[in-house]
Amino acid sequence: MIREQEQEMSMRFDSYPENEQFARMVVTAFLMDLNPTVDEMADVKTAVSEAVTNAIIHGYEDCVGQVSLTCRKHGKDVMVTVSDQGKGIADVERAREPFFTTKPEAERSGMGFCFMEAFMDEVHITSAEGRGTSVEMKKHLHLPAGE
Amino acid sequence: MEFLYETKTGSLRIFTPREIDECVASEMREEADMLIDNYQIRHLIFDFSNTEFMDSSGIGMLIGRSRKMGYIGGSVEAENLSERVQKIFTLAGLPKLITVVKEEQYD
Repeated sequence: MIREQEQEMSMRFDSYPENEQFARMVVTAFLMDLNPTVDEMADVKTAVSEAVTNAIIHGYEDCVGQVSLTCRKHGKDVMVTVSDQGKGIADVERAREPFFTTKPEAERSGMGFCFMEAFMDEVHITSAEGRGTSVEMKKHLHLPAGE
Repeated sequence: MEFLYETKTGSLRIFTPREIDECVASEMREEADMLIDNYQIRHLIFDFSNTEFMDSSGIGMLIGRSRKMGYIGGSVEAENLSERVQKIFTLAGLPKLITVVKEEQYD
């Protein structure tokens, strides 16, 4: 069954790493009724995890702040927005490059945005230094015919 | 979080948890390094039998352990990868650093 009306949920949580799992669980539960494939659900979960981790590790590097997560579903389309009011990204284009990280000493892989791009159809990043970052991602689910 | 592991003269097998994100990866990093140093490990095996989810923080942790083992002249293997974890490995180019052992039941 595909719901034609748009539905939205949003939440805010403190930037503790323990909340990464919580954010993934909420998104998973919210999208469950669209009946996505296991792979599609894992794609969205991974992308959410990457964006939330970035907000926690980079956005609120030396402090605890609030991370906002909004998820919308409309027909077969899923939109997720993760934003923070943290330090922002100095060079968004560089941040998107594979293996680029500002924290090599912390063993960051530099693959965060690459994973978001690999697993979602669209990824838009809006960032301003000192004011925060917002990542908006979209994915079109390919639900089986007749559902 | 407690991790399951087995040690046998010079070799350490870590059973990775169900989900590996930043929170879990940072704990695994500390625990693995402590075990590698304490038991003088030369052969490290990550057993992914239980793992359904891993993000790029897991990749960072694995690359770090692979470097550490490289410095001390040891080796790193990954076993029992689910399709999902295999996909993440491939996307990040991990098979160049870590030997992925293919089991017959995973084809």
